[in-house]
Amino acid sequence: MTSLQFDIAHLLAGGMLVLSLLLLYQDRILATLNVFALQAIVLSLAVAWQAYVQGAMHLMVTAVIALVVKGFVIPGALNRIVYRLGIHREIEQVIGAGPTMLTGLGLIALSILLVMPVKVGVTALAREDLAFALAVILLGLLMMITRRNAVTQIVGFMSLENGLILAATGAKGMPLVVEISVAFSILIAFSVFGIFVFRIRERFDTVDLGALDRFRRERSTLQ
Amino acid sequence: MMSPVLFLLLIPVAATLLLGFIAHYRIGALLNVLASGATLATAIALLFTERVRTDVFIIDDFNIYLVILTAFVGFTTSIFSATYIGHELEVGKLTPVFLRFYHALYQAMMAAMNLALVSNNVGLLWVGVEVATLSTVMMVGVYRTPEAIEAAWKYFILGSVGIALAFFGTILIYLVAQPVIGEGLPAMAWDMLLRNGARFDAKLLSLAFVFLLVGYGTKIGLAPFHAWLPDAHAEGPTPISAVLSGLLLNVALYALLRFKMVLATHPDTLNVGMIMISLGLISLVFSGFMLYRRRDIKRLFAYSSIEHMGIMTFAFGMGGPLANFAGLLHMTMHSLVKPAIFFAVGHIAQVKGTQRISQIRGLSVTHPVLAVGLALGVIAIAGLPPFGMFLSEFMLVSSSFARQPLLALILVAGLLIAFGALMLRMQDVLFGEPSGPAGGVKASYIPLFVHLTLALMAGLWLPEPMVRWFRAVAAQLG
Repeated sequence: MTSLQFDIAHLLAGGMLVLSLLLLYQDRILATLNVFALQAIVLSLAVAWQAYVQGAMHLMVTAVIALVVKGFVIPGALNRIVYRLGIHREIEQVIGAGPTMLTGLGLIALSILLVMPVKVGVTALAREDLAFALAVILLGLLMMITRRNAVTQIVGFMSLENGLILAATGAKGMPLVVEISVAFSILIAFSVFGIFVFRIRERFDTVDLGALDRFRRERSTLQ
Repeated sequence: MMSPVLFLLLIPVAATLLLGFIAHYRIGALLNVLASGATLATAIALLFTERVRTDVFIIDDFNIYLVILTAFVGFTTSIFSATYIGHELEVGKLTPVFLRFYHALYQAMMAAMNLALVSNNVGLLWVGVEVATLSTVMMVGVYRTPEAIEAAWKYFILGSVGIALAFFGTILIYLVAQPVIGEGLPAMAWDMLLRNGARFDAKLLSLAFVFLLVGYGTKIGLAPFHAWLPDAHAEGPTPISAVLSGLLLNVALYALLRFKMVLATHPDTLNVGMIMISLGLISLVFSGFMLYRRRDIKRLFAYSSIEHMGIMTFAFGMGGPLANFAGLLHMTMHSLVKPAIFFAVGHIAQVKGTQRISQIRGLSVTHPVLAVGLALGVIAIAGLPPFGMFLSEFMLVSSSFARQPLLALILVAGLLIAFGALMLRMQDVLFGEPSGPAGGVKASYIPLFVHLTLALMAGLWLPEPMVRWFRAVAAQLG
């Protein structure tokens, strides 16, 4: 593998990481969706590049799925949901951008420290991609923790799955079974999510998950 | 012969598709029972056919016993579910549309658990656990009350995060195996991993296990990753609480044990046993204390499941023939006794119209048969003789005292704390001043008492073939 091939792979994976950081501090729901769509598009480019470099054309399927489903269909659908629920103007209270970003940086450092010492047998490409992927996964996790809104929590989870796909495609020759299952699981996950979003709205008149908490507190004082 | 293994998957999948179209409740319930029965027959047939070992499927002593246990509890629960759900339909808690979903998802979950148990491919194992999780999430939310939605949401978010981390661990396993075994399917086959484990990179293998431990540990319900478990048990339909506790937690523990076996082949990896011991003890002691504060009867027994999963994790963490044997026996007994308790609790909650412990009083007067069932179940789950759990806990405690007296002390303390809580809570429920409706109950007692009889028999006399079987598996677990 030439150094140019390395550089492009790292550029794309790094781009995903930067977009993950951007996702962390978006306080408008629509902006969050846009950044997520962009991340999915970069993911599809990264996967397509891996397919080309590894000569594994079946990975192209994963790239196309990422581009179409996660880049356009899901953000589009969520967009519609957000408009229909009338929360498109809502500004979400995010835990201070400063502390969140610092925590995010800490997580990136952690993933580098975890993965980089690994040497034996694993090619450099796989190793560095893995560090990027782990960082994207951890940032997705962080986003899920800091958000209070069902829609943005979904976005956090899907961003986490982006990291998983990046890791899976970076592993050379990993059987196709797994990629299909991942794409499949995203679809299932999304349909489940969709149902929940609507039900939460139906019952509580809001998609703010704080409502669930308030409900719980009420119940516990009753007991 | 591939066929029994394939049928284990095909029967529930076909039933899932069929049940999705059946609107009538009685036919749906009957078909659910029939499909579960057919799966059980297939599982038993595994005993008499040649062992399968391909890149995709594996059948060995370890998973045969779990497949049969899973199919058995799945079958009895489907019988219980038929009467239970009928009542829910009468009182209007469920609509026929959701019932259709419920039956289809029940079979989907059985198929997914079977897939996880028989797959040799660690990727497929993950797919099985994931699909089982998603289908149970839908079932937990099926009542559509605010509590049920909250529980399902929490279960879904925590379950997905756990599963995502487990998937990352699976990718790492592939990465560590690929340079040694080569690309493609064999590098994800568990038996190949086991055979070549000693040549893997120790650091990366340990890192993979950490992710798998947190990921599958969330599904096992180990503290501190257990937050979803009590809600999911309390708010979903009771048959689902029974299979969650009795089966799905086992499947997650099974997945973890498979990876533990791979790590054990390499001398320089993380001390897996010690981590499992500490997680197990934390879960045991924590849930023991939490039991005292519970007001909801299903939540109470959900915490008791955390406790028992902790005991099993501790046992397998200790390792060695005796502790592993105790762990396997405990797993079996828990899968028999806990669903039995939920069967009883489900009917009790239906006749009393509440799950609040303070409003369920004096069952021995109002509903003597259910009271006997619940009392026997609690005696069994608390680890009192003559039930099988006494045997497994006694073996575990005595073997730990011989090897690690300090850890054994914590174990005994945890067991006693949980025991006290259960006795305290059950006192009033069974023998207090009678309250609430005393009306007749349309219950199916057969699954309840079949489970309890089996647990009792295991405590009095373990059949010799079973002892030999467990010994072989315990040796395999190392």
